Amino acid sequence: MPTLTVNGRAQAVAAEPETPLLYVLRDEFGLNGAKFGCGLGQCGACTVEVEGRAVLSCLTPIGLLEGRPVTTVEGLGTPENPGPLQAAFIAENAAQCGYCIAGMVMRAYALLRNNPHPGEAEIRDALRLNLCRCGTHMRILAAVRRAAGREPAATGATP
Amino acid sequence: MRRRRIAVWLGGVALLAVAGSGLAAWRSALPPGGPEPGETVPERVQQGAVLAALGYCASCHTAEAGRPYAGGRGVATPFGTIYATNITPDPETGLGRYTLAAFTRAMRAGVDRDGRHLYPAFPYTHYAGLTDADIAALYAFVMTREPVRAEAKANALPFPLSWRPLIAGWKLLFFRTPTLPKDESRDPAWHRGAYLAEALSHCGACHTPRNVLGAEIKSRAYAGGEADGWWTPPLDRSSPAPLPWSEDDLARYLAEWDPQHGGAGGPMRPVVDAHAAVPKGEIRALARYVATLYGPGPAGSRTGPVDRAPGDDPRLGEDPRLGEGSRLGEGSRLGEGSRLGEGSRLGEDPGLARGAATYAGACAVCHESGGGAAGGVPYTTPSLGHRTTLRAPDPRNLILVLRDGVAPREHAPGPIMPAFGAVLTQAQMTDLAAYLRARFSPDGPWPGLDGTVRELMREPPRSGARAEASP
Repeated sequence: MPTLTVNGRAQAVAAEPETPLLYVLRDEFGLNGAKFGCGLGQCGACTVEVEGRAVLSCLTPIGLLEGRPVTTVEGLGTPENPGPLQAAFIAENAAQCGYCIAGMVMRAYALLRNNPHPGEAEIRDALRLNLCRCGTHMRILAAVRRAAGREPAATGATP
Repeated sequence: MRRRRIAVWLGGVALLAVAGSGLAAWRSALPPGGPEPGETVPERVQQGAVLAALGYCASCHTAEAGRPYAGGRGVATPFGTIYATNITPDPETGLGRYTLAAFTRAMRAGVDRDGRHLYPAFPYTHYAGLTDADIAALYAFVMTREPVRAEAKANALPFPLSWRPLIAGWKLLFFRTPTLPKDESRDPAWHRGAYLAEALSHCGACHTPRNVLGAEIKSRAYAGGEADGWWTPPLDRSSPAPLPWSEDDLARYLAEWDPQHGGAGGPMRPVVDAHAAVPKGEIRALARYVATLYGPGPAGSRTGPVDRAPGDDPRLGEDPRLGEGSRLGEGSRLGEGSRLGEGSRLGEDPGLARGAATYAGACAVCHESGGGAAGGVPYTTPSLGHRTTLRAPDPRNLILVLRDGVAPREHAPGPIMPAFGAVLTQAQMTDLAAYLRARFSPDGPWPGLDGTVRELMREPPRSGARAEASP
């Protein structure tokens, strides 16, 4: 039985190797942070982090992840003790309906892991493939800027 | 082999040096100036806008996320990288001091206003066939763009190629004004298409193979070539496309996307995107001409789409991993010529089984949705067996598209595919590519697949390939 390492915990998986990671996270591990949005890799709601890269869990068969640690939004902190990126999203009130937010957070997490001080264009370039239907993009960008330790003034500026 | 190539190359360089210095390599500078009254009237600018779109000027002269026509994009050639220049009318760094005469000389003779020879990455070998009226319209368009101050980046070419007088020798050997095909049995639209394809749209610059000195081999026109590290498919009888290309297919493909053949990828994407600004009649003309390049009747290797679906091969049925996710419906039967060769037993080879699992979990949700035309995921073909990419002589295009995906178009509908370079390891990429080839092509495994994957995945993948800047 294959094992998956998620948020630092190695766990055995019953699912077949072609099963997308998203279903295993939600149905077997009870980690409901990553969301099913389009199921086609086009919206980013299912984004998780693997080896420093943002990965779409709805299109990532678990057979690809043997021995490769996965981080989900649950791995960044708890409601009582949120991680820095989560705290920034809370401080900027970045969520409206919240459905896209776990994906946005994880996309930003992968960005900041590789590039702790991204410029405005780099932030926008990284997040451009994640969709938000409520339109809280400006607050999401502000949250990422805050987590990156940047001036919050650039809101609304074009890159 | 390698040694022989180097010898040929060195011999060519020596020849060029002799020819270049013997010939009057020197060209005079032309006096500075600008558009005369009447040369930039609105009608001409509008004609020029359409012609600039059909000449794909922006696909080289606009950098990624750069200002329109301000240059800076690197064109990778086997000799080194050549950077496109700023063609906005900025007087210091662009074409601001070009008269129509200087612009015409650059377009027709590949010589800039200062008298320097231009590298043939700028396709003056095709533009030389343009009419005076079209060059004047392009001039009107270019000279009315917003001037941008942007110095041209220095080319990354080794000596002696960096020595421009050498280009004069190259021109002596290889530069002929294109002759436009004429055929009394064809209609005016075909002739218009021929003019566009041979001169303005310079199709052969990518779709014709080049010799060791980078010149198009005219005797093998449209036999396929290379662009920016991508394989460019032949447009002649040697096309490996699983289905023939009709004029209607080409017209759909060049305008947006064809439901049977799919849509453009790689360096052809900006070409198709540019067509958004082009009247339908021009696209139709191009399609009419290009359809005749394929020659009469289907080419010998055209076997129709291949799909070795599990039900078609008893060996596949034994592999539980090739289950539900990878079953296909009607129209996906094992066709002529799709016999299984060595090493392509989909159900037995462990690498192919791993590739099959990746396909089922990552690809099938879109690529087995039945095809965009039948109500499946938009911009997908009925199966990947319809894609010429899987019939290519080498796996570059497949690996590049798997690695970088297809970036969404800005402000317009179009295909989108996630970049799998972020999650696939080199071994996983190899397994997936081998599986796709074994299942969707009758041509046998790609030689050197491992090496190509290693080479193309050495660089960290882009964070999500950017859309081309719109022209």
